[in-house]
Amino acid sequence: MRIAVCVKHVPEGHGHIDPTSKRLDRSGEGALNHFDANAVEEALRLKGDSDTEVVVVSLGPQKALDSLRKALAMGADRAVLVSDDAAAGSDLVATSRLLAAALEKESLDLVLFGQQASDADGAVLWAAVAERLARPVVSQAMELAVDDGSVRVKRQTEFGYDTLEAPLPAVVAVSDAINEPRYPSLKGIMGAKKKPQDVLSLAELGVDAGEAGEAGSRTTVLALGDPPARGDARKIEDDGNAAQAIVDFLAEKRLV
Amino acid sequence: MSRASNFPPPFSARDYVAEPTDPADERIEVGVLIVGAGPAGLACAIRLGQLLEESPETAEKLGDVPVAVLEKGKQPGSHLLSGAVVNPRALQRLFRNRVRMDELPSYGQVPGESVYVLTRRAALPIPPPPPMQNHGNWIFSLSQLGRFLGEQAEAGGAMILPETSAEQLLVSHGRVLGVRTGDKGRNREGGELGNFEPGSDLVAKVTVLAEGTQGHLTGVALDRFDLRGSDPQVWELAVKEVWKVAKPLDRVIHTMGWPLRTGKKFREFGGSFIYPMGDDMVTIGLVVGLDYRDASLSVHDLLQELKTHPKIKKILAGGERVEWGAKTIPSGGFHALPQRLHAPGLLLCGDGVGMVNVPRLKGIHYAIESGRLAAEAAFRALQRGETPSSALSSYDDAVRDSFIWSDLHEVRNMRQVFGRGFFVGGALASAMTISKGRVELGKMPAEPDADQPLLVTDRDKSYPAPDGKLTFDKLSSVFASGNKTRDDQPNHIRIERRVPLEVAQLWAHMCPAQVYEVGQADDDGTVLVELAPSNCVQCGAITAKGGRLTPPEGGSGPEYSVS
Amino acid sequence: MATLVFLEHHAGELQKGSLGVLAKAATLGDVSAVVTGEGARALAAEAGRFGATKVWVCEDAEVAQPLPQPRIDVLAQVVADGGYDTVLFANSVLAADVAAGLAARLDAGLNWDLADLEIRDGEVIGKRPALQDSVYADVGWTSTPRLALFRAGSFDATPAGGGEPEVVDVSPTYAPHSTAVKLVAQDAEESSGPSIEDADVIVAGGRGLGAPDNFTLAEELAKALGGAVGATRAVVDAGWYPYSAQIGQTGKTVSPKLYVALGISGAIQHKVGMQSSGTIVAINKDANAPIFDFSDLGVVGDVHAIVPKLTELIRQRRGS
Repeated sequence: MRIAVCVKHVPEGHGHIDPTSKRLDRSGEGALNHFDANAVEEALRLKGDSDTEVVVVSLGPQKALDSLRKALAMGADRAVLVSDDAAAGSDLVATSRLLAAALEKESLDLVLFGQQASDADGAVLWAAVAERLARPVVSQAMELAVDDGSVRVKRQTEFGYDTLEAPLPAVVAVSDAINEPRYPSLKGIMGAKKKPQDVLSLAELGVDAGEAGEAGSRTTVLALGDPPARGDARKIEDDGNAAQAIVDFLAEKRLV
Repeated sequence: MSRASNFPPPFSARDYVAEPTDPADERIEVGVLIVGAGPAGLACAIRLGQLLEESPETAEKLGDVPVAVLEKGKQPGSHLLSGAVVNPRALQRLFRNRVRMDELPSYGQVPGESVYVLTRRAALPIPPPPPMQNHGNWIFSLSQLGRFLGEQAEAGGAMILPETSAEQLLVSHGRVLGVRTGDKGRNREGGELGNFEPGSDLVAKVTVLAEGTQGHLTGVALDRFDLRGSDPQVWELAVKEVWKVAKPLDRVIHTMGWPLRTGKKFREFGGSFIYPMGDDMVTIGLVVGLDYRDASLSVHDLLQELKTHPKIKKILAGGERVEWGAKTIPSGGFHALPQRLHAPGLLLCGDGVGMVNVPRLKGIHYAIESGRLAAEAAFRALQRGETPSSALSSYDDAVRDSFIWSDLHEVRNMRQVFGRGFFVGGALASAMTISKGRVELGKMPAEPDADQPLLVTDRDKSYPAPDGKLTFDKLSSVFASGNKTRDDQPNHIRIERRVPLEVAQLWAHMCPAQVYEVGQADDDGTVLVELAPSNCVQCGAITAKGGRLTPPEGGSGPEYSVS
Repeated sequence: MATLVFLEHHAGELQKGSLGVLAKAATLGDVSAVVTGEGARALAAEAGRFGATKVWVCEDAEVAQPLPQPRIDVLAQVVADGGYDTVLFANSVLAADVAAGLAARLDAGLNWDLADLEIRDGEVIGKRPALQDSVYADVGWTSTPRLALFRAGSFDATPAGGGEPEVVDVSPTYAPHSTAVKLVAQDAEESSGPSIEDADVIVAGGRGLGAPDNFTLAEELAKALGGAVGATRAVVDAGWYPYSAQIGQTGKTVSPKLYVALGISGAIQHKVGMQSSGTIVAINKDANAPIFDFSDLGVVGDVHAIVPKLTELIRQRRGS
């Protein structure tokens, strides 16, 4: 079996937006998006001791290799990074196109995603990639099992728990409740550098520059500003009637 | 009155020395193991890379991983904090003049400097005393320099292993074989979580400890091999911030006096530094000797108070704080250096053994030079294929012949002199510098910081209430250090938890990260000390003042980026 | 702007979130809606009351289960047939997957996590908070159709007083991969209350509660409000409450509609875990507690005096 895990290298610490480009400042230190670590862990659990291959795939700048190496240190077998200046600033449409192109080069049984990216707070990428790959997709997986050519998923929705089945090859996005990612062992960290790491440019991927980056995107950031004030904040002292005052306040906001 | 040293922590260095326990085929073997990716450790790795490139036969003897550097922080630089104004000589020597100073990530040369004696409202300029003259020196963020040196070390073939703590020294038949790394994935009670990963035995032909101030295994090694110097080591605590500012600062500033008190009974030695970092950033820090006596003294809060001084407020006006951090500085000087800097299979470098020139506020270039010399000694021993006890003694000889030794010797009694009160001390210190150390005043007594008798004043009543714009509380400052330590892990701090009130107050005020709190009082007059270990930024102050810091799970602690 | 709104329904009722988006869209111009799944047709009239002048309905067997991919086929068909240039969604587990899949199907821009939408100088502009609500961005689309996914609860579902809508059946061709996923089993929510991550209401306790036993105050209030219980790092460190309930920088990040903070000072480590909550009510006896700087209603008082009364009043109100 071959499993691909899509991961993202995200800025560490408090994010800053570059006021000129209006994009997230990615020049500082970065790390493996911690939600993607759940997906890598799940792939490694499915692999176990078998000869299933786990490939981590990412779209990002050269230094995204650091995050890919972390996944290799955890136990993934191979890393593929799509990196090209023309791909910077890709939105969902462009990113999903590039990732799908990279994934299509592999013959995959399963593609895993993490719950969301901590930098864009987007919980949408897998559905777009699955559509481009023309594969079934299941999201918010909190339990996952692969059996006899299909994947069985338990997921949580607003109304309760669903159990779903989909034939392989399929795309699954895991929730952060699914597992606790392992720490890379020292041997794993030391061995990561030797594992294959391919860096692909757009040309090597077979994608035209006009389909990536801002040129290939369909959305844009127009302006940045301060958030609106939190409405009228009120502060009162309890004179014996605070409980009623709170209820009135909640009723006014239709929260009770 | 109480002394913190009367309540020693439940800690024994013996617990951190062991034989390897992993089966031989599971031990990880490297050529030279360096503990600490700071300036000393990385200089060692860089120099080794140079020597091994010129000598492939020796490189072959070292196996798949000739040089490995362990770092307990998230990456090199995460735990590095300093001013810093750096004397370039060691960097130039390290890079063999092939890297120009302007190719290093600095903020340029020192543009000018001023020294002030502060009172509450005024700033009296004094000519910079000779030890504080910084012409020809360069301004750096040590954290950024660490990241740069890490990249250079890797380019030279070293393997850096971040988020990995060195917990035990592996010793067999009196020889250091390497270290055992710390476990990961234990819970608060010490049990194993689902993703528990045990540490590993990492063995090497030579082990270099470059752990920085309060180095854990350095302290263990000094005891195990009986290496301690004639004076006990003493420390200063530095708390600093980095600010984005509206107006560029055109000089390096040092201050003395306010808010520290000059009376001899308080024993408050120290001062502040304010350095420009390019046109739009400034770093400001306060350094105070940990031999102070007032249990209500809080260096963090004194720094907040310092910022309210009219002259300093002006420098920071219109700006915003971008980072905060704290670290101790060993200040015992020459007489506190270990008797020997090596043991069988072991070399000791940098701040870990106290290579700091306190009057000049310099230690980084000594760390780099000591790392470089350690690399050469290790290489020579490996080249000859020998590692018996004497092989590494050439390191000691090299350090004694170097500027590290001569510089520290020149200022050997200066720190202790200030213990006699500011004005007396100042005059004596100047006399010693001007005479280049020839004014011999005999050896001043030096007691461990934790031996100082405590007094309690209401100093804490005058600390400014944090306004969140100019002054800040400890918790939001811990946040500004980038600290995101995982909570559910074993407590890494060893202290006696039942102590008299003033000792608990001492620790609560001392700690810049609000790790210690005064808890419930008991009928016998003692109180319980409560801890929040995940706040800890591993500054090391607790070890100086009666407790003991050990390394938490690898990856814990601050994530400095411009400190 | 020719707008289409994706309406969701559960147990015979249209979901409030998507009705809110419909009501908002109705204020901007003419709007249609699409309802999919069993019983969709019966809900068309209600969609009309909230402003839809035309409702597309699909009751095919392929959309009987609440799965996203067949709905992409439906929406793609409706967008083509109806010539829509804007498609709006209210966030939900299902809607997010439909919107993103549709974006890929049509190569259409999708902006998500939007809190509002406006038309300025003929341009459609979305407003979204970013970086834990510390900045607000104006986002746009460079082509049509425009897809937008709104944060849950962004708009009130107020009926626009519309009349009977035109109802159109739609039955697209389904791509093979769209119908590959099968729902095998469904279990209702456990009766022990919602999890912290999904709760609409969270009542969190801090050291100001005084003692571990006093967490019952938070528990009772949470039960009365139908919410979950959270805790600060300080009390979890002290062993008063389990780590699974910890909210903050090193715990969980939540954004419920209502966050009630009992005896919590509001240190930044806690704040970053809950600051994008819809409404924040804080009770603390320290008038200078930082939490009052970012709460909507701050009450300076004793939690032991206020909370039991508050719980009782809430019970009475909800019971009736």
